[in-house]
Amino acid sequence: MKKQWYDYLWILSLTYLILGFFNILFAWLGLLCFFIPLLISIVKGTKGYCNRYCGRGQLFGLLGGRFGISRNKDIPRWMKSKWFRYGFLIFFFIMFFQMLGNTYMVFAGTKDLKQVVTLLWTFKLPWQWAYHGTLFHPGVAQFAFGFYSVMLTSTVLGFVTMILFKPRSWCVYCPMGTMTQLICKVRNK
Amino acid sequence: MDTKIRKRKKASVNINDCVACGCCVKVCPRNAIKIWKGIMAKVDSELCVGCGKCAKECPASVIEMKEVIL
Repeated sequence: MKKQWYDYLWILSLTYLILGFFNILFAWLGLLCFFIPLLISIVKGTKGYCNRYCGRGQLFGLLGGRFGISRNKDIPRWMKSKWFRYGFLIFFFIMFFQMLGNTYMVFAGTKDLKQVVTLLWTFKLPWQWAYHGTLFHPGVAQFAFGFYSVMLTSTVLGFVTMILFKPRSWCVYCPMGTMTQLICKVRNK
Repeated sequence: MDTKIRKRKKASVNINDCVACGCCVKVCPRNAIKIWKGIMAKVDSELCVGCGKCAKECPASVIEMKEVIL
C-alpha cells in the first residue's frame, strides 16, 4: 500500500521524546496526543487517531516489526480483559489528576517546583538539565515535568510490552485508546 | 454433479475483545477489513482471502482464521 503523509508521524513522536531531554517545556506539545484523539472520537465518532495518526503506535510497530525487537507472542488474556483496560484507564486518570494537583500547588505557591521526571509513578529521576528557567510561572514548568513523566512512563511500558508480546501491545491497554473506544460506543449507541 | 464441499479460511474477529486499534486494517492486502464506528474491526468476507496477515498483526490476538463452507 502506498505510504501516506500520516505514516511518518512516528518521527514526531520520537522527536517529542528527545526534545524532553533538552527543554522540558516541549512536554506541553504532548497535550496534542490527548486532545486530537478525543476530538476525533467526539466529533466524528471514530478511532481515526489510533487507526491512522498515532505516532507512538507507529513507532512501536516499526521497532517491533521492521526492527524485530519483539517476541511476537500473544498478549496474556488478562491484559486484554475489560477489567484491566478500564482499571488501567482509571488508574491513569487518578495519576493524571494527582499531577494536576501538584501543578496547582506550585501555581498557588504552596509547593516548590520539583525538577524531576517520575518514571513508573515511583522512580524520581533528576532532570534539572532540561530546565533553564522560564519567562513563565514555575507552575508551567511543573506541569511540563509531570506531563513528560506520564509520556515517558507510558512509552517505557509500551516498549516493555512490545518486546514481550506483539509490537503494538500498548494499543491494547492504551488509556487514550480505551477512552476513545468508550466515547465511540456511547456516541454510536 | 459436484458434491465436494468447498472450504475456505476467512478472518473472524472476536468483537468482545477487539480494541479497534486498526493494526489489521493497515496490513490487509485486500482492504477487506474496516474499523466500524470506532468500536470493532469488521471483515468483509467477500473480499477476505484468508491470508492471515491481520491475525498475525493483531496486538490483542482477537482475529482467528476460521474455516467456512462456501
